[in-house]
Amino acid sequence: MTENNLNDWLTEHGDYLYRFALARLRDPHQAEDAVQETMLAAIKSNSFHGDSSARTWLTGILKHKIIDLQRKQIREQPISDLIDLDASEHSMDDFFDKSGHWLDKPQTLDMPDNSLEQKQFLAVLDECLSKLPKKLKAIFMLRDVHELENENICKELDITATNAWVMLYRARMGLRKCLELNWT
Amino acid sequence: MMLSCKQASKLVSQSLDRPLTWSEKVMLRLHLVMCNPCTQFKRQLHMLRTALQRIRNSTEHDSSIKLPLDVKNRIVHRIESDQQ
Repeated sequence: MTENNLNDWLTEHGDYLYRFALARLRDPHQAEDAVQETMLAAIKSNSFHGDSSARTWLTGILKHKIIDLQRKQIREQPISDLIDLDASEHSMDDFFDKSGHWLDKPQTLDMPDNSLEQKQFLAVLDECLSKLPKKLKAIFMLRDVHELENENICKELDITATNAWVMLYRARMGLRKCLELNWT
Repeated sequence: MMLSCKQASKLVSQSLDRPLTWSEKVMLRLHLVMCNPCTQFKRQLHMLRTALQRIRNSTEHDSSIKLPLDVKNRIVHRIESDQQ
């Protein structure tokens, strides 16, 4: 691989790769890092033989880099948060009373139906995502946006299926509540 | 045995991640038939997922979003210094 390749790739595919990463990470800095890591890996590797398009090949690398970045988010979480996760039954006290009834009944959430609404929704959503614990945001993005199978999530993140369900439940619970409050 | 809303909401979320067992499905369906809040919760989760996937697709195809030039330059410098 030569530096010429790198410049060509960045010119031709840089924007696309960035959009692809941003769509799945919803964080500009992380998306920039993902593109950089992809280029580093591509330049070190000799596995591109031109039998697929450069874009397809680079996107394949990027998909793995996105997972690596999310894994790092989850691993870097302080121990106290892990303990908190074990007490996740407890944290549901915010949503249910002692007998398991809703404290606040879920409200209607309307789908944004034009591009202006979608823009507004996106701003609210990004705000809500940033309020989630990083670890929950990471696993939620892998599952519901990257659409990684649950089995692969457990393998990649080295967590049990039960743990994954609990984390996803908490993430979705928090997000839909935040949307209720800020998106009408 | 009747599910509480807390248990039902957990199953609604898990149904997005794994196939529920036959008895879980029956219990959940029985609960949802009688429980508006949990039915609403189910709609919320489906709305959330659909909206996210639409946003993902539109971000991916939004040509106004570009990799910032300074980031492009940073990547080139980073790789050049890496190779020395």
